[in-house]
Amino acid sequence: MPATEALSLDDVSVLLVWTAIVIYALAFIAYAVDLARRSDQAIKAQDERVRELVAAGGARNGESLSDLRAQEAASAAELDARPGERARYLWARIATTLTWLAFLFHVAADVLRGVAAERVPWANMYEFALTGTMLIVAVYLGVLFRYDLRFLGAFVTGLVVVLLGGATLAYYVEVQPLMDPLKSVWLVIHVFVASLSTAFFALAFALSVLQLFQARRETRARAAATVAVDAAVARPARSGFLRILPGADALESLAYRFAIIGFIFWTFTLIAGSIWANDAWGRYWGFDTKEVWTFVIWVLYAGYIHARATRGWRGTRSAWLSIIGFATVIFNFTIVNQFFKGLHAYSGLE
Amino acid sequence: MSSSRSDQASPVEPIDGPLRPNDHADGDAPDGIRQPALGFVGWLRWGWRQLTSMRTAVVLLLLLAIAAIPGSIVPQRTADPNGVTQYKSDNPELYPILDSLSLFDVYSSPWFSAIYLLLFVSLIGCVIPRTKHHWKAMRSRPPRTPARLARLDDHTEAVVQVPAGKDADATAAEAIDIAGDQLRRAGYRVERYDGRGTFSVSAERGYLRETGNLVFHASLVGVLIAVGVGGGYTYTGQDVLVEGQSFVNTLADYSSFNPGRFVDTETLPPYSMTLEEFQVSYIPAGEPGAGQAGDFAAILTTRVPGQEEKAGEVRVNHPLDLEGDRIYLMGNGYAPTLTVRDAEGLVVFSESVPFLPQDASMTSLGVVKITDGMPEQLGLIGFFYPTAAALTTGALTSVYPDLINPVLTLDVYAGDLGIDDGTPRSVYTLDPEGMEQLTGRAVDVDSIELAPGETADLPNGLGSITFENASPAGVDGYAESVPRFASLSIHRDVGASWVLLFAVLATLGLLVALFVPRRRMWVKAVVDGETVRLEYAGLARGEDPTLRAAVDDVSRRHGDALEAHLRATD
Ligand code: HEM
Repeated sequence: MPATEALSLDDVSVLLVWTAIVIYALAFIAYAVDLARRSDQAIKAQDERVRELVAAGGARNGESLSDLRAQEAASAAELDARPGERARYLWARIATTLTWLAFLFHVAADVLRGVAAERVPWANMYEFALTGTMLIVAVYLGVLFRYDLRFLGAFVTGLVVVLLGGATLAYYVEVQPLMDPLKSVWLVIHVFVASLSTAFFALAFALSVLQLFQARRETRARAAATVAVDAAVARPARSGFLRILPGADALESLAYRFAIIGFIFWTFTLIAGSIWANDAWGRYWGFDTKEVWTFVIWVLYAGYIHARATRGWRGTRSAWLSIIGFATVIFNFTIVNQFFKGLHAYSGLE
Repeated sequence: MSSSRSDQASPVEPIDGPLRPNDHADGDAPDGIRQPALGFVGWLRWGWRQLTSMRTAVVLLLLLAIAAIPGSIVPQRTADPNGVTQYKSDNPELYPILDSLSLFDVYSSPWFSAIYLLLFVSLIGCVIPRTKHHWKAMRSRPPRTPARLARLDDHTEAVVQVPAGKDADATAAEAIDIAGDQLRRAGYRVERYDGRGTFSVSAERGYLRETGNLVFHASLVGVLIAVGVGGGYTYTGQDVLVEGQSFVNTLADYSSFNPGRFVDTETLPPYSMTLEEFQVSYIPAGEPGAGQAGDFAAILTTRVPGQEEKAGEVRVNHPLDLEGDRIYLMGNGYAPTLTVRDAEGLVVFSESVPFLPQDASMTSLGVVKITDGMPEQLGLIGFFYPTAAALTTGALTSVYPDLINPVLTLDVYAGDLGIDDGTPRSVYTLDPEGMEQLTGRAVDVDSIELAPGETADLPNGLGSITFENASPAGVDGYAESVPRFASLSIHRDVGASWVLLFAVLATLGLLVALFVPRRRMWVKAVVDGETVRLEYAGLARGEDPTLRAAVDDVSRRHGDALEAHLRATD
């Protein structure tokens, strides 16, 4: 054997992480191509219909309400289709296959990191990011069995490339032994569940963003339909991408479903954290910075759940709360962990 | 996919649905904006309705979230008192302004309290009428079957042939009997509504959803009360024990003590404990994380009157439960044993003095105060280095936290320690104001420098100081030369288990409230000549993504059962 220095388990783990990132990036491209092609087809189909109508003597601009409803019904059916019955979009299938492949590398990297550290791989910022992004992908791939959410694929893979790439560049630290306060079963439970709820909040966030766009498009179409047919002033909406998505209502109720699962896990995170704090620091609650932000996030999502059930807040306003909620989750993970003073000094960074 | 929408005209009269605030998406729409009836009571009622509306709940929740944020940016007196002191000296201008806004006590400030108290008043005002209403709803019958089920979104139909020689009405009635049985077995409450030529069963399920919601909201009130009341009976106290020292649980033995409002400090549970040993291990040099300390353990002997002595252990994350108190390990360090003799050689001071660690390599800072026995009071400020090494400047530093090359340096001050005038002074700090420095760089006299076992003369012929070597006889090396101390924190919190109980109840309520579907289901059989038309329909009460599938499922299972029944009775 040549006397080269052998790669440590952790080095292999990092190599696997970069491999996963590259494959996620490829998946992202494939998902983007899929969206572009499907939007293109949607627009072409629409132009075709308009031409027919014009030929038949009708005057039309943009899309009509009935078009909208028809699209909504079609995309709702598509959303609920089981894996076997789904439309066979080539690029989407390539992208999903790539995502699965990247996910396998990602899991291997995470497991190896755990083996190298001889503990669960979520005890510093780098490891939170490694495991957290893995859970985002896991939840996404899991949900695909139930709903055809492949239109979120570009968002999910894009987000993971940015977070995982960023974390590996900025937060990477070598395996370190645990500090005493982290030697607790609650590390295993509390942090894992927190990451899991982040994954659900991420999907809810993406859906809420789409909901906002979709709602704007629907309002426009409705306005265009009430104005006289010849009101050519109404710009025909070319937002082809939105045409292949479910309607704003469907997006909202889907976002809500993910948000409440996230909220349940977050509630559990809060309680588990308090139990741990009671063992480690002698009080279950002390408004430590990290506790404050966990509480803020919890209250924001409680606000979101209420807003969605409130006349006048349902729809756009509640979608904004879901978006702000997720922004706060990310803020809590990055800025609060690194720059706010408190007892949760576990970033592992200098 | 089916979700309840507020704007769809409900074909069913809203009978005993869950009562919600009137701006709830499924609530009874107010007819325009209700103007308050003039008069005091009218205004009160209007105000109350505003306070208990969903909109107010949302706004208050958002306010609560926003109001909590400053407390994570500005240091808080409860969580970080030193941070507040630091802030004061860093920002002397800003400090009084922030202080007058209670920004250093955000979570007990009037404005923060106002928000959460309003929120909870709103919550209670919301939950009580809903509880009453729900109580009634649970004992009322499912509502009458709507005349036209086909108008409901989630609806299917089937037609069955009446078997030859059978009465059509009887067949329809039997079909509905079967449907009623099936629905009851699936957890629905059912009610028959038969008319001429039409037979129907009305079924409702998911009362548990509203129960869960109410349990959740009520438990939040429980959490708040438990926190508030529990706080009054809670106390925390700190003490520092050097190996070999004992603590008796009386007020006098605490170095600091914070009792809640209702704590009787005269009746603390009687127990005592001795710190036998403090254990710690270090990651050896050359390994990742070298020098990191861990596996801290305070080994105790505890005594409770009327019981035998027991061994106990306090570790990080593993407090010791003793007579309803919990004992936590908060810190540790070295406590060099020092003996000071006067010019005649008489011992005037002999103690192990806890030195507070300043960095990860346990460079530690300590203070010795000699009040009596010398011509003047003496103060000594010293650094302890468990593994001393010289920096290029000649100054010492510690490079490893364990006892490998322990060195103690001391500077001597003489004069008035300022402890006789009654001002409270920390035992860990020395105010050299009004004292004369006798050694150190400032006066160009070498500081005293000692290794365990060594003795040095005090300046000006005052006497001598010895750094005792605490190693047991016959032990070589420095590993056990300096005793360690543990700082312990003793807590009693009777509220905590109640808070936990309510938090768990809230979570269970939440699970039920969010995931149990509440829905109505109808099966109707209408005789139509020699056939019976079967109609199935469902209506969501609240969020119910699986309603469509549920209706299909009911119709399929009913169809199967009916077919089997008709064949059997053929
Ligand atoms: C401490 C403040 C509050 C918190 C943390 C909170 C939290 C929640 C949560 C998490 C839910 C969803 C779970 C469920 O349906 O049970 C919910 C639902 C609900 N809350 Fe609250 N709540 C609070 C105050 C209030 C107040 C003041 C009201 C009355 C105005 C209220 C009325 C409701 C209603 C009607 C629902 C059902 C919403 C639906 O139909 O989806 N809540 N609340």
